[in-house]
Parts: sequence; structure tokens; C-alpha cells
Amino acid sequence: MKWNNKKTLSAVLILLLCAVALVVVAGCGGSTTTTSQASTGSTGAAQPTGEPVVIGAIVSATGPTAALGEQERNVLQMMEQLINGKGGVLGRPLKIVIEDDKSDPKEAVTAANRLIDQEKVVAMIASTGSPSTLAVKEITATKGMPQMAMAAANDVTDKAPADWIWRTPPKDALAVSKALDYVTNNLKVKKIAVLHDENAFGSSGSAEIEKDAPGLGLEIVANESYKTNDTDLTAQLTKIKGASPEALIVWGTNPGPALAAKNMKQLGMTIPYIGSHGIANATFIKLAEDAAEGVVLPASKLLVPSSITNADQKKVTDDFIHEYEVQFGGAPNPFAGYAFEAVSLLVNAINTAGSTDAKAIQSALNSTQNFWMPDGAYNYSATNHDGLVAEDMIMVRIQGGTWVLAQ
Amino acid sequence: MNFEQFLQYIFSGITNGSIYALTALGFTLVFNATQIINFSQGQMVMLGGMTAIAFHGAGVPLWACFLGAVIVVVVISMGLEHVAVRPLLSKGVLAQIIATVGASFVFETAAMIIWGRQALALPAFSGERPIGVAGATVVPQTLWVVGLTVVIVVALQIFYRRSLFGKAVRACAVNPSAARLQGISYRKVVLFSFALSGAISAAAGVMITPISFMSYSSGALLGLKGFAAATLGGLGNPVGAVAGGFVLGIVEALGVGVVSAGYKDAIAFVILLLVLFIRPVGLLGARVVTRQ
Repeated sequence: MKWNNKKTLSAVLILLLCAVALVVVAGCGGSTTTTSQASTGSTGAAQPTGEPVVIGAIVSATGPTAALGEQERNVLQMMEQLINGKGGVLGRPLKIVIEDDKSDPKEAVTAANRLIDQEKVVAMIASTGSPSTLAVKEITATKGMPQMAMAAANDVTDKAPADWIWRTPPKDALAVSKALDYVTNNLKVKKIAVLHDENAFGSSGSAEIEKDAPGLGLEIVANESYKTNDTDLTAQLTKIKGASPEALIVWGTNPGPALAAKNMKQLGMTIPYIGSHGIANATFIKLAEDAAEGVVLPASKLLVPSSITNADQKKVTDDFIHEYEVQFGGAPNPFAGYAFEAVSLLVNAINTAGSTDAKAIQSALNSTQNFWMPDGAYNYSATNHDGLVAEDMIMVRIQGGTWVLAQ
Repeated sequence: MNFEQFLQYIFSGITNGSIYALTALGFTLVFNATQIINFSQGQMVMLGGMTAIAFHGAGVPLWACFLGAVIVVVVISMGLEHVAVRPLLSKGVLAQIIATVGASFVFETAAMIIWGRQALALPAFSGERPIGVAGATVVPQTLWVVGLTVVIVVALQIFYRRSLFGKAVRACAVNPSAARLQGISYRKVVLFSFALSGAISAAAGVMITPISFMSYSSGALLGLKGFAAATLGGLGNPVGAVAGGFVLGIVEALGVGVVSAGYKDAIAFVILLLVLFIRPVGLLGARVVTRQ
């Protein structure tokens, strides 16, 4: 059959194309690994010997949260070499086995089971996004294995079982309390309005604001919502404008908050715009352009490294940024920082515990005090697995297309 | 709600409504010739916007971005007809509709791979300085979108009612076999309808990006709202599609004003259901397009 031949031919062509693409991708991945290996290994410390200490890591290197996960994977690879260059863990080499969950909780579960059953990992670093992190948490809690989380949803540490999970990023509730603190103490206003995304991030942020506001003497005069891909928000903003608030808090991730900023400008609304940490990225500035100017938002100190005043924190941050720039050629984003902190805290706990026994690592993590990292001093305890406090975040203002300290 | 606010809700409704109307027109054109609901219509709009952004990023002037995006999406739309719709002609309309659902996933995933996850922007055609009317404001880009909608509807009316080929398209909608017996090439009419619907969708995408940004995932919501607008106005009638779009947009905006933004979609869809209960063919739907 003639058409059948044609079809087979095109199928073969497509397969060939896929194969070529795969080779190219694999080639790139391979070459990064080799160059990074070549650039280290001469720090002069005692060579680690014996059986490696194996830590499992799950990041979202592909899929929707890949922009965050890629930097985390970079850092994990970098840290393995750095730590082994400095004598390893317990005198033994450190081995970090990295799995990609493709931003999918189901994949994260498969990866976690594989790491535990086949790689025999002693602890887990997982994962980039909150859904994957929460999925892996169920497994580590059942097995009694320490897990370092790099995701910010409140439920990661607020919801039981939380005995085996510790986190490095400031949780969403901290960002809310930081933003409300700015409204109360810096803007000194009483009447606020809330505009939030209807997704999990936006609505949990809005609920947190509703919960905290009365205690601070703040009155919420309007609370409106939108869908992530809504095409125009002037209706919501007209309603908010009608309630005459003195400041507007917008809780969501791009592109909604950028649209809100543009629409506010159109409506001639000049009240202060306070964003969430979800827009602490260049995308917001690029989308909202002029309308982004003057927007204030909570963020990690890594966004404005010059805001760090503590000497210990400054040193560890400068060293981290330097190492990252040497290896990867650009500045690390806050997510790279979370991965750096996860490895550092975990390795410190294993060294303190003096063994790779899960219970020993658990009690070492729980007794971590004043451990300075780029995001602040981590203080874990049996009941507090968050480490950071609201004061570890900063409020930044967008000015001239970049971030400056607002407080 | 004072008058100033009321007017602003109307303007907000017109802004969203014109976006829905332009998307709805694409549904109408394909439905008119084939009885297919093209569920990748929203993604066509998205591809139009994203292609224009890509051209603009390469330093192409805005008007050329517009043209380029229209050409690219017309080719994609004709490709869709050729690859996914025509081979299923004998399998019936349902199979063809499902093929367009599949195509919508293909377009969305391809856009994510090519342009990434982030939303992207395009500059407004004639500045962003809002125009004030009795205390309410509207951005110039909205006038562009409304203007384009009107021009397209008038042109379509003339085409369908005055030109021979336009009449042939309508004949195919009424009865394909009878049309074929009159010497009308059904295949040509279908291909043409997909091309025209692609062109309008692309134009819509380029026009609305300066207002609302565009990301790989924008198409789904646009498609849903466009389909609702087309149904509300009466599937198959371009004037109805546009009327449906504006009614939907204004009802949503007033829904925000009177109740809350959380309920605006619910309010809009309740109105849609009510209209369909009372007038199953939609506001301006004509019985002539309903094939037996």
C-alpha cells in the first residue's frame, strides 16, 4: 500500500528526530557534570574513605516547576563535590542521588520508594513543589526517615505527621505576617483590601490574612478573587476602589498580580500595592513594566544580598554566591539557596549525630540552634520544624526595575 | 453602586466581552461549515498571541507581527483540518470534535516547550494612557479590540450574504449533500472555514495580549468563555457570537459588582443555562444552521 509506506517513512523520520534530540539533551547534561567535577577536588582536606553516606534528593528538574528545580539540582551536585573536598561526612564520602519528579507528586512517590528501597538512602531532600513534598512526606513519616523540604506551603510542617520533616524556605504564613507587619508599622494604615488568586497559593494566603488582620487592628474592607488566566481585573478593582481601602494586598503568582498592577494604573488607583513573595521574580517586573514601580513585597534576603547585616550570615551567603557563580556563571536564586540550606543542615546534623541512624539524625536536627544560613538563623526544635521566623524575611520595593529594601 | 462605578463595570465587561466575542467568532466559522465544535479554538488564540510575541522579540514591527502571527496560525489551522479533521470525515462529527480536543493538548504542550511556562507581554498598539469617560476609564487597546470585532462581523455578514462563495459556505452548513450536488466543493469550503477561523483567532490573540498577557495555558479559559459566548449568542451566527461575548462579559463584570468575583463564573453560566432553556438556539441563533 502506497500511503502505508509514506506513513512508515514519516514515523521513522519522527523517531529519528526524537533520537537526535535525546542525544543532544543527554550530551549537554553529561558535559555539565564532567566540567563541574573537573573544577573541584583540590581543597587539600583529608580524603574521605569507606562506604559512602547516601542521601536521596527529589527535585523538579522538568515540568512546570523546572525553573526552580534546575537550580536546586545544580546546587545539590555542587554541594556533593564541595563537601567531599572538605573531608566528606563522618569521614566517609557523601553521595547525593538526585531523582527528577517532573513536577508530579505521583512521580515523586515512585522516586522516593526507589531511593529508599534500592539506593538505601539515610535521609531525603524533597521536593521542589508543595504537592510533591506533601506526597513524599507520607512515605518518610511511615518509614521514620528524616526529610528536608524546600517547599513553602504551610501544610508541609503544620499538618501531622510532621515528626520527620524539616523545611528551609520561609513558609507562606511568615510572608503574610511580614507583609501585614509592614502595613501596620510602616504604612500605619487600618483599612486594607485583599485581591487573591483562586488557586491554592492565593486562597491559603487570603485565609491567613483574614486570620491575622483583626489581631493587628486591621479592617479588611474588601476581599476579591480572580482566576490565574483572567483577562481583565478592572471589575474586581472597581469594587475594591469603591470600598476605599488605604492599601491593597495582592496574593498570587504571575501573571495575575501584574495584570492587577496595570489595571490599578488604568483606574488611577494610587494606594500602596503590597504583593506576595510569589512575585519576587523578574517576570513580574517584565510583565507589569512601569506599573511594577513602587510595589512592595516580602522576600528572602538572597534577593537583596546587601540587606544581610549579621557577619556569620554574610559570610556563608557570600561564599555560597561565589561558589555558585564560579560553577554556573550566574547568581543563584532563592530556590538555589533553599537546596544549599537543606544539604548544609542535614550534613551538619549527621556530623553532630555521629551516625547515620535515623533517630540520631532526628534528634540532632531537632537540637539545631542558631545555624546561620543565607536565609537566616535556623532554630529547629521538637515542635518547631520551620527554622525561620518572619524577621528573617525582608520587605523590598520595586524601584527602577530592580529590588531595594523597603524598611 | 454609583453611576461612575456602574460605567466602569460596563467598560470592564466590554473589555472582557470583546475578547470572548473574538474567540467566539472562530467557533462560529468552523461550526457553520462543518457542525464541528473546534475545542482547540482557545489554543489558536493563544498561538496567535505567542507567535506575535516571538516575532516582536526578534525585532519585527508590531503590524508585521500581527500579519506574521495570522499567517502562521492560518497554516496551523489548515494543518489541523488536513491531519485531524479530514481523515475522520466518514467517522462522523463526534470523532472530529474529539480530534480537536486532542489537538488542543498538542498545541498547549508545544507552546509550553517552545515558550516556557511564564506569561509574556506585548506592547499596546497605541499607548497605555487610559481614556476617561464620565469618571470611568478604558485603555486604547480595548477600542482596538472592539473595533476589530465590529470590522470582522460586518465583513463576515457581507461575505456570507453577498458573495457567491459565502453563499456556498452557508449552503454546506444547511445541507452538505445538496450543496455537493450543486457542484460546491465541500472539502474546499471546510478547509477555507478552518483557515478563516485560524486567521480571526490569531488576530484576536495578537489584539488581546497587550491587555491581558499570554501564556501557554491561557487558551483553555479563552476557549471555554468563547464557546459559552458562541452558544449564548446562537452557534453559527457571527452577530450572535459577538452579542453573546459582550453579554457574557458585561454580566460577569456586573456579577463582580453586585455579588463577588468568586461567583462571577457561576452567575454567567446560570444566565447561559437560562437562555438555553428559554431559547435553545441561543439569543440570535437561526434554525437554518441546524442540520437534521
